[in-house]
Amino acid sequence: MSLVADDDATTRDDQETSNRDLRLTALTKSYGSFTAVRSLDLVVPQGSFFALLGPSGCGKTTTLRMVAGLDTPTSGTITLGDRDITYDKPYKRPVNTVFQSYALFPHLDVSENVAFGLKRRGVKDTKAKVAEMLDLVELGGQGHKKPTQLSGGQQQRVALARALINSPEVLLLDEPLGALDLKLRRGMQIELKRIQTEVGRTFVHVTHDQEEAMTMADTVAVMNAGVIEQMGPPAALYDNPRTTFVANFLGQSNLLAGEILGPDGDAVTVSVQGTTVSIPAERSHAVGGKGWVGIRPEKVMIAEVGGEIDAPGNRFAGGVVTDVSFVGVSTQYLVRMPWGQELMVFEQNTGRRPIFAVGTPVDLSWRPEYAFLLDASQDAKAGVEDGDD
Amino acid sequence: MSALHRLGRWVGEHLVLALGVLVLVYMFVPVAIVGLMSFNDQASRNVYRFDGFTLDNWLNPCDPSGMCSSVVRSVEIALLATVVATILGTLAAFALVRHRFVGRGPLNTLIILPMAAPEIVLGSSLLALFVSAGFGGQLGFWTIFVAHVTFCLSFVIITVRARLSGLDDNLEQAAMDLYATENQTFWRVTFPLVFPGILGAALLSFSLSFDDFIITNLNAGQTVTFPMYVWGAAQRGIPMQVNVIGTAMFLVAVLIVLGNEVARRRQSKVTA
Repeated sequence: MSLVADDDATTRDDQETSNRDLRLTALTKSYGSFTAVRSLDLVVPQGSFFALLGPSGCGKTTTLRMVAGLDTPTSGTITLGDRDITYDKPYKRPVNTVFQSYALFPHLDVSENVAFGLKRRGVKDTKAKVAEMLDLVELGGQGHKKPTQLSGGQQQRVALARALINSPEVLLLDEPLGALDLKLRRGMQIELKRIQTEVGRTFVHVTHDQEEAMTMADTVAVMNAGVIEQMGPPAALYDNPRTTFVANFLGQSNLLAGEILGPDGDAVTVSVQGTTVSIPAERSHAVGGKGWVGIRPEKVMIAEVGGEIDAPGNRFAGGVVTDVSFVGVSTQYLVRMPWGQELMVFEQNTGRRPIFAVGTPVDLSWRPEYAFLLDASQDAKAGVEDGDD
Repeated sequence: MSALHRLGRWVGEHLVLALGVLVLVYMFVPVAIVGLMSFNDQASRNVYRFDGFTLDNWLNPCDPSGMCSSVVRSVEIALLATVVATILGTLAAFALVRHRFVGRGPLNTLIILPMAAPEIVLGSSLLALFVSAGFGGQLGFWTIFVAHVTFCLSFVIITVRARLSGLDDNLEQAAMDLYATENQTFWRVTFPLVFPGILGAALLSFSLSFDDFIITNLNAGQTVTFPMYVWGAAQRGIPMQVNVIGTAMFLVAVLIVLGNEVARRRQSKVTA
């Protein structure tokens, strides 16, 4: 895209000399006695695709609105590079937003909508840029239409073009795909990621859809009740969650109650229902006393009683299959353990052996390096319900 | 099959249409009669009857003494009251929708009162107010104007308020996000979107003011507006020129509606 390349060239100099990271420091927003965002510290590296993930009401949209200047923080600061923008008016910030409801101006046509930001900044000839931008979002030739004449997906792309044409240093996306149906959403996710790579801008994406966040973002911050629970690359968050909320909200987890026995070299040993398991020290987020041993369902291996399992870990015997869901590429089992808990097991349908029937006695095991250990003071069900959608 | 039978069946099959036609007839017969009578070559002033066709009424509309001046006065009052009520009412609607202040709730209800109260009540209270304030001797153009602004205000506030509260907050936030200052946001986004409501309120005000009789009559003193002229003339036999004015007003209204429709269609054709 030549338009974007030009802009990059003109701004590259000061981007190289100064750091243009978006930095939130001790950012707090209270409404009366309710604290929507609680002393949030966050650095969004320049040029990254950053996702704020959390259930509705977790404060992620409030955070976004404070960055956009649409809400004023109760305390804390927002800086972009060296510039403090905490109390700047929205129109003074090099930040643009794609609203959840798109907020396209109904009295203006698509071209006028897209040109709006440039016009306000005194750019006279917007025609070529608007045409280029509409091409970028694959809406070339639709500029004369009114927003109401477009489909939801097209409106979404107009909203994106309207924000991107201003070459914002940070583009904020507030659940921009929420109103689209599943198929369109998948398409737009890839599209957004492509555009972000192409324009090389910082994107901050707010969503409650964990799959969406993991698919698109370089860095995901999981937010809950006004605070960030954990932040990092999607794979790191998924493999090594630090809280039960993250373990449940991002994918699914089996959490087994255990007694922490103590460190053993690079690992921590935990007694789970009489069986001793070990967990790598860097995946252990609890010290002493009780803990939750977590293991992802696809990491749990299942075999008939006494059967061979390709895992050097300890074996849990006495399970009984209580539910089988066949989903084509894989099978999802629920296995009731002798202590009453039902564990989830996902197994690829490799055809190595037949699928187990309900009532089959089975053994379970997993490789120790995939397990994680969480503090027992947390609710094992935190984030479970929310993670379903 | 008898003709009567066939008619019966047609009516049965087209009942909704037939009823609709009847309603339209009911609504437009009076207007048609006014239009027809504007061409009446009246033989006697005391008998309201079509005596023959003439263009005289249309060619000399101002023949009856005092009629045209009453029309001009009514138009003047209506224009002035519309401008003032529309401006004040629009500002009030913005305050009621956009700002939180003490007494906002009761105020939202209170503004309906002039609309809900019987005109005779509003008219006599205004008269009592004017007289007790010492304007009893100055009843006329300005007291009528004040009275008209009073009842037009309610209609303007309610019309504009409805339009404004239906407006998506996000649109203004999006404008600010896209580098529009507060001022630009208002004139580029808010105002264009609320304007149809303001225009509708203004048209409504004009028509309410132009044809008001009861409130006007109580507060007019010696001043005569067009509805008052028609009322007075009706007691002595209405001059046929009244029908000319009536028909002309109706045609203006029709033109406004048609113009609006044409503009709307042209717009949707351009954008289609």
